Amino acid sequence: MFEYAPAPESRAVVDLKPSYGLFVDGEFVEPADGGTIKSINPASEEVLAEVAEAGPADVDRAVRAARRAYDEVWGPMPGRDRAKYLFRIARIIQERARELAVLESLDNGKPIRESRDVDVPLVAAHFFYYAGWADKLGHAGFGPDPRPLGVAGQVIPWNFPLLMLAWKIAPALAAGNTVVLKPAETTPLSALLFAEICQQADLPPGVVNILTGAGETGRALVEHDGIDKVAFTGSTEVGRQIARSVAGTRKKLTLELGGKAANIVFDDAPVDQAVEGIVNGIFFNQGHVCCAGSRLLVQESVYDEVLASLKRRMARLRVGDPLDKNTDIGAINSAAQLDRIRTLAEIGSSEGAERWSPPCELPDRGFWFAPTVFTGVSQAHRIAREEIFGPVLSVLTFRTPAEAVEKANNTPYGLSAGIWTDKGSRILWMADRLRAGVVWANTFNKFDPTSPFGGFKESGYGREGGRQGLEAYLDV
Amino acid sequence: MTATTASARSDLSEVGRSEATLRTFLHGLPGVDQVGAEQRTAMLGTRSIKTTAKAWAIDLAIRMVDLTTLEGADTPGKVRALAAKALRPDPADPSCPPVAAVCVYPTMVPVAAAALWGTTTRSAGDAGRVHLASVATAFPSGQAPLEIRLADTRSAVAGGADEIDMVINRGAFLSGRYREVYDEIVAVKAASGDAHLKVILETGELVTYDNVRRASWLAMLAGADFIKTSTGKVPVAATLPVTLVMLEAVRDFRDATGRQVGVKPAGGIRTTKDAIKYLVLVNETAGPDWLHPDWFRFGASSLLNDLLMQRTKLSTGVYSGPDYFTLD
Repeated sequence: MFEYAPAPESRAVVDLKPSYGLFVDGEFVEPADGGTIKSINPASEEVLAEVAEAGPADVDRAVRAARRAYDEVWGPMPGRDRAKYLFRIARIIQERARELAVLESLDNGKPIRESRDVDVPLVAAHFFYYAGWADKLGHAGFGPDPRPLGVAGQVIPWNFPLLMLAWKIAPALAAGNTVVLKPAETTPLSALLFAEICQQADLPPGVVNILTGAGETGRALVEHDGIDKVAFTGSTEVGRQIARSVAGTRKKLTLELGGKAANIVFDDAPVDQAVEGIVNGIFFNQGHVCCAGSRLLVQESVYDEVLASLKRRMARLRVGDPLDKNTDIGAINSAAQLDRIRTLAEIGSSEGAERWSPPCELPDRGFWFAPTVFTGVSQAHRIAREEIFGPVLSVLTFRTPAEAVEKANNTPYGLSAGIWTDKGSRILWMADRLRAGVVWANTFNKFDPTSPFGGFKESGYGREGGRQGLEAYLDV
Repeated sequence: MTATTASARSDLSEVGRSEATLRTFLHGLPGVDQVGAEQRTAMLGTRSIKTTAKAWAIDLAIRMVDLTTLEGADTPGKVRALAAKALRPDPADPSCPPVAAVCVYPTMVPVAAAALWGTTTRSAGDAGRVHLASVATAFPSGQAPLEIRLADTRSAVAGGADEIDMVINRGAFLSGRYREVYDEIVAVKAASGDAHLKVILETGELVTYDNVRRASWLAMLAGADFIKTSTGKVPVAATLPVTLVMLEAVRDFRDATGRQVGVKPAGGIRTTKDAIKYLVLVNETAGPDWLHPDWFRFGASSLLNDLLMQRTKLSTGVYSGPDYFTLD
C-alpha cells in the first residue's frame, strides 16, 4: 500500500497574538464594553486567540469613522488613486498568501490545499479585478459618472471567511464606498490579518473597519442609521430578518443566502469527470458551500454505474488534519454546525433514505463528519429540501430532461445548478430553464471574479462579481 | 464505465466479431471531458509525498523502470552497459533494487539476453530478475506490411525477448478501421507466443482523450497484456491526463471482464517528482493493485539516474553530483 506520510504545512508562518481588538479608523482599539469571544481551531478545539465583541458603541464609532473617511478622503479621491490602493492590497495578499492560507485553515478547518489553491488566489484575483474597475466606472454601463452609495455595512459567513471579505470589500472600495465589515464569530482571524494588510498598504484610516462579534454585533451594524448599504451572505433565516429591518429605510440591500443545488448527470455524461464534479460539488470545503451540489439528480439509465463510481471515489477521500497538504476533507467549522449536520443526517435515515459512508477514521478531538451519501431520496424527504451545509449528498433520479428541470427547480432556493452531458444543445436547453443564478456545465464550484454570482428565490438577490457586482455599490 | 454484471462479462468476447460490433462498442464508451481530466491530474499533482512515503515510492519506481535505448547508434557495447546498469542500478548500494526490464530493438535482443541472463531464455530466480523487452512491428511508425511486422515480432521473441512492445496502426485507427487494428493486435499477440504484449497507442498522434479511451479498450479487447502511451519518437509523449484515461480504462476493463491489464507511460518522464506524480495517479485511479512492476512500468532512460540521486539523498541527507552515478 502507498501510505502517504504526514505532510503538514508549517504553522510557524502565522504570528498569532493572544488577543485582538477591533479595527476602527486605521488602528486596533479596545472595545467599549470589553466583551470577548474565543476563536478555536475546529480540528483540535484548541483556542487560537481571543477577539473583541463589538457592542453598539463600537458599531457607532466605526460607522462614524467610515463616514468621515468617505466624506473627506475616499469619496473625493479619483478612481485611479483608489485603484492604486486596491492593487497594492492585492499584491500584499499574494506576498502573504501562505500566511493567509495557513491561518484560514487553522481558524476554519478547511484543508490547506483548498485555502492555498482556491481561497487565497481568488481573494487576490478579486482585488486585482476590482482595482481595474476603479477608474473605469463610467464604462460599466451605469451612466457616465455613477456615484458611490456611502458607507457599507457588510456581514459575512464562516465558510469562506477571507474570500467573502474580498467579494464584499473589493467592489465596495473600487466604487468609492467605505466599509464596516463583521466577520463570522467562529472565523474572525483572517479578517483581522486583512486589517493588518490594510495598514501595510497605507490605506487611509476609516476606509476599512473590521468589527468582530456575534449576531448582536451584526444586528447593531445592519440597523445603524449611518450606513447606506447592507450586504449580507449567510443563512436565509437571518437574511429575512435583515430584509425586515432595512425595509422602509434608504439602505440598499444585497443578500446571498442558502442553496440546495441540483447537480444533474445525464446518461451521455463523461462519467469519470462527472463523478469528480459530484465529489467537488458536495465535498469541497466539507460541503460548507452555499452553492454546493447537494442534490444529485442522476438519469435512471446510468444510476448504478454512477453510484458505483461515486462510492469508489469517495473511498479515496482523505479526511483529517486540515494542515496536511494531502487532506481532501477537513474539519466541520463548529460544534453547532456539526450538531445540525448530524440531526439532518439522522432525519434522512429515519425518513427511509439509505445512508452510506466510506470507512474512514475520524480524529478524536475536533469536529468531524465522514463524507456521506443518501440514496433512495425523494423530493419529499427533508434532506432533499433543507440546506444541510455539510458533506452530505442526497441522490435522486430522473427519466427525461423535462423531469430533471422540474425536480431541479422544485426547491425554495435557486443559487446554482450543474449539468453533465456531452450534448451541447442540451446544456443550453437546460440552462434556459433552470431557475438558478449560476449554471455550471460539465464542471462545478468554479469561481472567477469576472463572473457574477447570486441567487433566485430564497437564495437572495443582487449579484457579486463581474461588472454586475459593481451595481450593488453604486447609486443607480 | 463500470459494467459489473455477469452478463456484461460474457458479452465482451463478442465485441471484436465484426467491424460494426466493435465500432458500436467503442463509440458507446463514455466520453472524456478534457478540462475535467486535466484538472484531476493537476490536483493529484499537488499531493505531497515525503520521507518514508517518498523512499517507498522511489524504490517502487526503480523496480518499474523499463530501461530503454532505442537509437540508430545502439551497439552491442552500449546494450551490454545498459544491461549491467539494469541489474545493479547503483553499484555503491547493494540494497538498491534492479529495474523491471531493459528495452531494445530486435537486433539487440540476443546481446541483451546474453548480458542479462547468460542464455536466450529468462529463468526463474535471481538470474532472471530483469525482463527483456523489445520493440517490434516496424517501430516506431508501424508503417510496414503486416507480414514484415509479424516477422519482426517473431525474430525478437526468438532472440529471447519475453516482452514485446508493439505499435498500433494509427492510420487505420484514425480512419475508423477499428477491425483492422484489432486483427493486427490479435496477430501480433499470436506471434508473440508466451511473451507479454505491450501495445503502444502513440497517444500523441491520437490526440483526443476520447481516442485514447477507445484505443485502450480496443487493445485490451484484442488481448494486450499492457497498454503503453508512446514510442518516445513523436513530440508529445506520456502525459498525466493521458495516463489517467488509460488507468480508468484498465480499471473498468477489469471490472467488466475480470482480467487485469498493465499500463506503461513512456517518454518524457525524467524526474523523480514526475515519477511520483504517476504513482499517486495510479494509487488514486486504478488503485493499489496496479502499484507493482507487473502492472505499471515507466518507459524511460534518464529517469533512473534521477531516482538514484534522490534515493541517495534520502538515505544520506546530501546530494551527490551526477558523477557519482553511472552513465547508460
